[in-house]
Amino acid sequence: MADDEVILLDYWVSVFGMRVRIALAEKEIKYESREEDLLGNKSDLLLKMNPIYKKIPVLIHNGKPVCESLIIVQYIDEIWNDRSPLLPSDPYQRAQARFWADFVDKKVAPRGVLWGKGEEQEAAKNELLETFKILEGELGDKPYFGGETFGFVDISLVTFSCWFHAFEMFGKFSMKAEFPKITEWAKRCKQRESVAKSLQDPQKVDEFVVEYRKWLGVE
Amino acid sequence: MAEELSLLGMWASPFSCRVKIALKLKVVQYKYVEEDLFNKSPLLLKYNPIDKKVPVLVHNGNPLLESLVILEYIDETWQGYPIFPKDPYERAVARFWAKFIDDKLLPAIRRACWGEEKGREKAVEEATELLQLLEMELKEKRFFGGETIGLVDIVADTLSLWLTSFEEGSGVELMTREKFPKLSKWSHEFASTSAVKENLPPKDELTVFLKSLFGKPAK
Repeated sequence: MADDEVILLDYWVSVFGMRVRIALAEKEIKYESREEDLLGNKSDLLLKMNPIYKKIPVLIHNGKPVCESLIIVQYIDEIWNDRSPLLPSDPYQRAQARFWADFVDKKVAPRGVLWGKGEEQEAAKNELLETFKILEGELGDKPYFGGETFGFVDISLVTFSCWFHAFEMFGKFSMKAEFPKITEWAKRCKQRESVAKSLQDPQKVDEFVVEYRKWLGVE
Repeated sequence: MAEELSLLGMWASPFSCRVKIALKLKVVQYKYVEEDLFNKSPLLLKYNPIDKKVPVLVHNGNPLLESLVILEYIDETWQGYPIFPKDPYERAVARFWAKFIDDKLLPAIRRACWGEEKGREKAVEEATELLQLLEMELKEKRFFGGETIGLVDIVADTLSLWLTSFEEGSGVELMTREKFPKLSKWSHEFASTSAVKENLPPKDELTVFLKSLFGKPAK
């Protein structure tokens, strides 16, 4: 695979882009990262490679685009299948992993607690707390969501850990107090180099959230 | 192995139908359990405590949730008819379109047909645009999967019988032959495939059911 050309179209604070970066790092794949100006002008390359959604991340592998972060992570796992498997080999375990990653996408990703106000925000907060409660239960006493090894579900959720402080700020709750297992799990994941170097600084995320709320007109 | 595989489903659900089609293509025996969604069985609540929805596939006592996850599990567990493409890139593309249908297209169609009168025109416009994308993706192929039906065709099952029922029940026309010659032809061919035909619910009953579920017609 020495001649592979791998380009990642990304945005610095995107949890979805971070997922791909973690996967690429786990597999030790060399790639070129290109930052998109999402609040300004999207590049011609992005519009060409993801005409349907015009969103990042987009992985361009030897000129061919793959879109949607969880689809990209699975693609990476299937192409570079000779090292560091990200999904389990057993079909039932794989199904569980896909289910929970999809659950994170449906329930955690919208982050309504950050972008709404009043009743809407309150409802989003309650849903987020309920979601974390379910995830806390699912994690249980396992080191990772997949069991003994770091994998697909961990990748899907850990990128939100740099957003936890923002959740706490706007949701007015404590992750550590309410969800101690997830809090420990996040620390454990951050000990992996792939995660540590892919996650954004929580302080920068907080600043981004404040700015983005203004841009959305929520403030 | 009939006694070790059960499908908890609902006769009018296109999601349950997807699983039935897949199991038929794989020539796998299973026990079908019809759920009354207004009076959910203890079995369903046990196997899917998270959102209590069908379909649920139970294999050797292990539950699988979410139709897309179930389809992939079926393809990985039973050999024979290939539902997902073999090539990883083609697989990523198929997953993309499956997600597009579930995350974007189906909600837009529901809003167009059954949403509030106020937003009707805009909703129809949005659904039409999204259908156009799928029409273009079909190109000159007989099915999304090529010569035979594959993942995307199965996931697009709602666009065959259900969309016709939606249109009849709501009075909103979306997928006309003039605007969507390829999808209209596809819909017919898809519904005529034996694995599909024998698993589709009866049209008239479906239309009545959908009308009662979603509300009053547009006209």
